[in-house]
Amino acid sequence: MGVEQKLGNLGIVTTSLEKAVNWSRTRAMWPLLSGLACCAIEMMSAQASHYDMSRFGMELMRASPRQSDLLIVAGRVTRKMAPVLRRLYDQLPDPKWAVAMGDCCSCGGVFNNYAILQGVDEIIPIDVYIAGCPPRPEGLIHGILTLYEKVENEKLTKWK
Amino acid sequence: MNEKLQNAIQVLQQKYGCEAHVHRGEHTLFMSADNLFEASQVLRDDFGFNLFASLTATDYWPEEEPRMHLSYQFFSIEHNMHLRLRVPLAGDNLNVPSIEKIYPNANWYEREVYDMFGVNFDDHSDLRRILMPYEWEGHPLRKDYPLGYEEPQFTFNFDAIDLRKPKATE
Repeated sequence: MGVEQKLGNLGIVTTSLEKAVNWSRTRAMWPLLSGLACCAIEMMSAQASHYDMSRFGMELMRASPRQSDLLIVAGRVTRKMAPVLRRLYDQLPDPKWAVAMGDCCSCGGVFNNYAILQGVDEIIPIDVYIAGCPPRPEGLIHGILTLYEKVENEKLTKWK
Repeated sequence: MNEKLQNAIQVLQQKYGCEAHVHRGEHTLFMSADNLFEASQVLRDDFGFNLFASLTATDYWPEEEPRMHLSYQFFSIEHNMHLRLRVPLAGDNLNVPSIEKIYPNANWYEREVYDMFGVNFDDHSDLRRILMPYEWEGHPLRKDYPLGYEEPQFTFNFDAIDLRKPKATE
C-alpha cells in the first residue's frame, strides 16, 4: 500500500513489482503443520516423496503458526476445536491464505450434526475449497496450484 | 468364579429387591436410584468389584416410561466377574446420586452422561459439560434432540440457505 502512494501511477514499474512479489510469494509458501483428521493423512502423503509438494515451493511445514504462510485445514473441525483453529489463523502473519481441504471443512461433509462445524468458513475466510473425501494428493496439489493462480493475479492495491 | 458372582447377585437381590436378568452370559440387576450408592459401596468393599468400567445411558422416549436407563458396568479384576446395574429414571426426575466418592473415575463418566443426556448427579464435585462447548444448550443424545444440524444445500435452495449461514469475516 505504501509503495503505490509514494510512487504514484508508474504503470510499468508497479506491474513488474506485482509480478515479482506475487511470484516470490507463490514460490516459497510454507504451510502450517496442522492436520485434524483423515485428510491429514493425504496431506502427509502429498508432502512425502511420491507426490512431492516441495516441487511447488512447500519445502517444509512449519510447526509454529508465526512462521508459516498458509493454513491447510485438513479434516473435520469440531465445535470444541473451532476457537483453537481461529486462534491459529489469527496467529499467522500477513500475507496469509487458507485452503479448505476435503468435504468436511468445505461444507460439513457427511457429518450434518451437532458436533461438527458445517464448513470451516463459518470461522475462517477461505481462498480455495478442495473437494474429495479425502482428496487424493494430486487433488490437493491441484488445489494448491489453483491458490497459486489466485495469488499471481493479486493486485498491488489489494495486498494485505 | 461363577459362584462368587451368583453370591453377589443374591445378596443384592435380598437387600434391595431388584430384578436380575441374564443375557448371553451377562448379568444385569435393575436398581432404583436411591439404592445405587449403597449398592456400589457393597460391591466394592464386600465383593471385590474394584474396577468401575463404564457408565452410559439409553433414552427410550417416547415409547417407554421410565425414559432414561443408566447402565453401570462393574468389573472385578481378581475374580474376573462382570456385573451391570441398570437404573431406570423417569423423565421428570432425572437425578441420581453420584458414585464419585466410591469410584473416583466416575467423575468423567458422569460429566459425559450429564452433557449428552441431561441427567443430574447429586454431590458431583464438578458437573460441567465435557464434550460440547461449555455454553451449549440442549442435550444432544436425547431422542427429542434434532438429528441433523442444517438443511442440505441443493441447487434450488442454495441462495436461501446461503443467506442464513454464518460466514467468517477477516
